[in-house]
Amino acid sequence: MLRFILNRLALVVPTFLGISILSFSFIRLLPGDPVDVLAGERSMSAARRTELLHTFGLDQPLWKQYLDYLWRALHGDLGTSLTTAHSITGEFLTLFPATVELTVCATIFATIIGILFGILAASKRGSWIDQLTMGTALIGYSMPIFWWGLLLIIVFAVGLHWTPVSGRIDLEYYFKPVTGFMLIDSLLSGQKGAFISAVRHLILPTIVLGTIPLAVIARQTRSAMLEVLGEDYVRTARSKGLSPARVTGVHAFRNALIPVVTTIGLQVGTLLAGAILTETIFSWPGIGKWMIDAIGHRDYTVVQGGLLIIAIIVMVVNLLVDVLYALINPRIRTR
Amino acid sequence: MADDFPAALEAITVARPRDARLQVLGEFWHYFSQNRGAVVGLVIFVLLILVAIFAPFIAPHDPSEQFRDNFLQPPVWEDGGSWQFILGTDDVGRDMLSRIIFGSRFSLAIGFVVVTSSLVSGIILGLLAGYFRGIVDIVIMRVMDVILAFPSLLLALVLVAILGPGLVNAMIAIAFVLQPHFARLTRGAVMGEKNREYVTSAKVAGAGHLRLMLVTILPNCLAPLIVQATLSFSNAILEAAALGFLGMGAQPPTPEWGTMLAEAREFILRAWWVVTLPGLAILITVLAINLMGDGLRDALDPKLKRS
Repeated sequence: MLRFILNRLALVVPTFLGISILSFSFIRLLPGDPVDVLAGERSMSAARRTELLHTFGLDQPLWKQYLDYLWRALHGDLGTSLTTAHSITGEFLTLFPATVELTVCATIFATIIGILFGILAASKRGSWIDQLTMGTALIGYSMPIFWWGLLLIIVFAVGLHWTPVSGRIDLEYYFKPVTGFMLIDSLLSGQKGAFISAVRHLILPTIVLGTIPLAVIARQTRSAMLEVLGEDYVRTARSKGLSPARVTGVHAFRNALIPVVTTIGLQVGTLLAGAILTETIFSWPGIGKWMIDAIGHRDYTVVQGGLLIIAIIVMVVNLLVDVLYALINPRIRTR
Repeated sequence: MADDFPAALEAITVARPRDARLQVLGEFWHYFSQNRGAVVGLVIFVLLILVAIFAPFIAPHDPSEQFRDNFLQPPVWEDGGSWQFILGTDDVGRDMLSRIIFGSRFSLAIGFVVVTSSLVSGIILGLLAGYFRGIVDIVIMRVMDVILAFPSLLLALVLVAILGPGLVNAMIAIAFVLQPHFARLTRGAVMGEKNREYVTSAKVAGAGHLRLMLVTILPNCLAPLIVQATLSFSNAILEAAALGFLGMGAQPPTPEWGTMLAEAREFILRAWWVVTLPGLAILITVLAINLMGDGLRDALDPKLKRS
């Protein structure tokens, strides 16, 4: 097991270096001079240019600039934003809880409904229930989620006034963020109605972000269940006279869970990409919206920093999923 | 008589692979057509291609013509709608139906171009990695890992920021992002086939590297690639629409569906049809392709055939 983890870790190093090279090259690949990109000035004197070249370290050889960048990145220093002049790491840490809150809610939503759909479809295989759930799953899988978000806003926020249109909480509630998670902070604040307001703001973004993972999980659960339901031990359990609910729910489902858990873990990339669109539609102040705004404002240091952090998050989560998978399923370790 | 013999022999050897191929196609169609959804998907997809090809003849109006007396006119079945603009008009008086019809051209072109280019480059890289192994394999696959470490939409966005917004650059970015999937798949399949007996016998018979890779091995790796290509086709359309929606893909006034949605966002309160219809077009297209993809998988992947 230790060998497997070490092997897997050894693969992370080149990937991390590749990620850092890519994010390092980003500003240098942009059209125009890096000084113009970073200083954002249309014209400047030669002396000012030399000064800026020196401040940004651009007068150094490229390899040295890269090592410098890598060294500072490893110490958590990703530079400052061009528009707000705040530290990028600091900005990221303030906004990240919002994205985590949304992503976790979406994952829980997608997992519960997705697994239910999958089990239902597999146990009623070939029936209209199977066709209906899998048809719905395929529609969810094909959904342009930015449009899905607009549609839900039209119906539930604008039409029925059930939910708010955007944001994380109503403006009348104000409290200092403690954890950064609105659901927890609103409870801690003790203000009446704050928690309900936070929940109401979360509903639509959660559905939108969870739609595609839900579809993927439902399809995966169904096929994993079908595979397991054909096994001998399921037949044995049936012939012992156990109730169908117990056979599917306990005997089959527990064994079908391994591929399903892996699938859930591998949705992180999808979720973060989806967060970009979801946060833009619902003005959700997380890192997805942060990146889009940065690209829109040509705040290239933020784009560079965000690119690096997000890729590292995806990489680390994938590593954890792999290790977890090896823990549950010993056969994978020897491969 | 002596001349007839080789001719007859040739006829046999030529006829046989054709029969075999027909049989394979027949078997493929048998499995594919058992999946009703897949056939529906295929029909919709063919209709879409026809609409895209004959767009100028089907569309009632020019997609960029502005009817200045008819801003935000609702569809025909709503109050104030008329048969002149069946699906209504947008904020500058352009006919929605015509714009959606012409939009199919962009989405399908995006799908075809992106899939072809990422398929070709992915196959080349995967073949090289799986066939030569060693340092070539390590370098290629580590680069693919790096690309896959980024959420695809984010990487595509950043690439477009470098290349400049626009439809062509969006297609390049999406092809770049989708290509590692093909490379990985090809590599895996090549590694599985490489040590089979038929490859060894071709090698012994004197086939060179290029022939072994392209003629001997590649055709036997195609089934998973075709399935992945269909999935990527729908992914490409979705991502291009998302880029258009975020203002980084096709630029207005191009009637690309994602771009149309971005323009329509501000009318969400007043004119539902401007927001709903382009998205519906995206959904139907992607759904049809995914239905087809499911059928292809059933027909091409023997492991899943009976599930």
